Amino acid sequence: MQKTLTRKLIPGAASLSVLVFLGLWQILAMVLHSSNLPLPENVARVFWQACVSGELPYHLGVTLLRLVVSFVIAMSLGCAIGILLGRHKKLDAFFDNWLVIFLNVPALVTIILCYVWFGLVESAAILAVVINKLPNVVVTVREGTRTLDQDLLEMARCYRFGKRKTFVHVIWPQLHPFVMAATRSGLALIWKIILVVELLGRSNGMGYQLHLFFQMFDVAGIFAYTIAFVSVIQLFEVLVLKPLDKKSQRWRR
Amino acid sequence: MTTVDINIDSKTYPAKSRAGEHQAIADFTLSLNPGEFVCLVGPSGCGKTTLLNIIAGLDNDYQGRISVGQQYASPKIGYVFQNPRLLPWRTVRENIELVLPDATDPAYLDALFDVMQLSHVQHAYPERLSLGMSRRVAIIRAFAVNPDVLLMDEPFVSLDAPTARQVRELLITLWRQRPHTVLFVTHDLREAIALADRLVFLSAAPMWVVSEIDVTIARNEREDEAKVEAFRQRLLNDYPAIKTLL
Repeated sequence: MQKTLTRKLIPGAASLSVLVFLGLWQILAMVLHSSNLPLPENVARVFWQACVSGELPYHLGVTLLRLVVSFVIAMSLGCAIGILLGRHKKLDAFFDNWLVIFLNVPALVTIILCYVWFGLVESAAILAVVINKLPNVVVTVREGTRTLDQDLLEMARCYRFGKRKTFVHVIWPQLHPFVMAATRSGLALIWKIILVVELLGRSNGMGYQLHLFFQMFDVAGIFAYTIAFVSVIQLFEVLVLKPLDKKSQRWRR
Repeated sequence: MTTVDINIDSKTYPAKSRAGEHQAIADFTLSLNPGEFVCLVGPSGCGKTTLLNIIAGLDNDYQGRISVGQQYASPKIGYVFQNPRLLPWRTVRENIELVLPDATDPAYLDALFDVMQLSHVQHAYPERLSLGMSRRVAIIRAFAVNPDVLLMDEPFVSLDAPTARQVRELLITLWRQRPHTVLFVTHDLREAIALADRLVFLSAAPMWVVSEIDVTIARNEREDEAKVEAFRQRLLNDYPAIKTLL
């Protein structure tokens, strides 16, 4: 009863909070009456024009493509390394310092170094993003691997599951929550870094566009692009991550 | 089915920070006849689980050998652990299908569920099951692999008496249909008498076999508690040394 009630209230609450946010924005913009804070309707108009001209879809698409590529590389490499380090203490002891170093190198430093060393090319941009994201995935998945249930692993050994079965049915379901955590924090981190990468060294994508808007003090343009991007990420959360969560948790009471 | 011979000359745990080297098993010899139900009875902490893990191939750090028939080989194992150790993210049926070859006839599994009276929960997730039911699933899993040796590590511990009795009866029904060699660990002498063809009494660590006694009660009289109790009394009178091992 309680549960169904909250479930019914949540969509209502969510749309209400969006309305309140828009209302506050509207009032603030009217009071300030400055080009630095455009009215919601102006932003909507800019958004529409950018969509119709094809400019926004193009740049958004370019950025999303970079996001997908670097995300897939960072996640698969990170999971592999994380599982390896979680399973082998000696490897972990050896690479632990490396991880700490990579975790703490500022994103800007890796981006600049990648561009300096490899030139202002696409692969350098992707590499910079991957290097920034990889240590987070490794650390999260390593934690997950360390907490693997030894009893179940023993059971798998005794019943001769073999490597593939053990991974798919015993190890992966236990790592799943950690991988999901890495995915969520990863998406947020990666797209922030991608914009910087684009701003510094690419001639297309959201970051490049935002840079142009900044030079022209076009706040409405900045808003329109930001909203477009945040919406895409939100859609991904609702349409992909949430159902995935739900499916993987169906066995819990 | 063939004889399984267990010879463990020595199993020691290396010294840890404060505790010194610990010898768990010394000169242990046991031979299991095909289709025999053997109960290991011994004080807690005497190394019974260590022994089962060695037989199961989970622990290879020991001196000695396990042989199946005449060959030196690791036996095919069905293991009922103290905790059921089911995968919570797979249904009951999937849990058992995982230990079977892919081409197994579904009817084979249906029959096992039927005997253990679990057909109605086979598509549920293990977390929905009571402990007694989970234990029965673990028993099905152990029988399903058609093992050379079926290891059971106090599988009825922490069940209430009626449930334990029910699971015990189901176990015996299943075992009489599929008479695999069973090595059953317990510290409950009554339970051991009710189940076993042969009782093996173990010493405190380092563990060795103190005595082996055949249970002479007929199978169909085992659920008669008076008979079990009478056998127990006679045992304790004839072998007073056993008392110190319980």
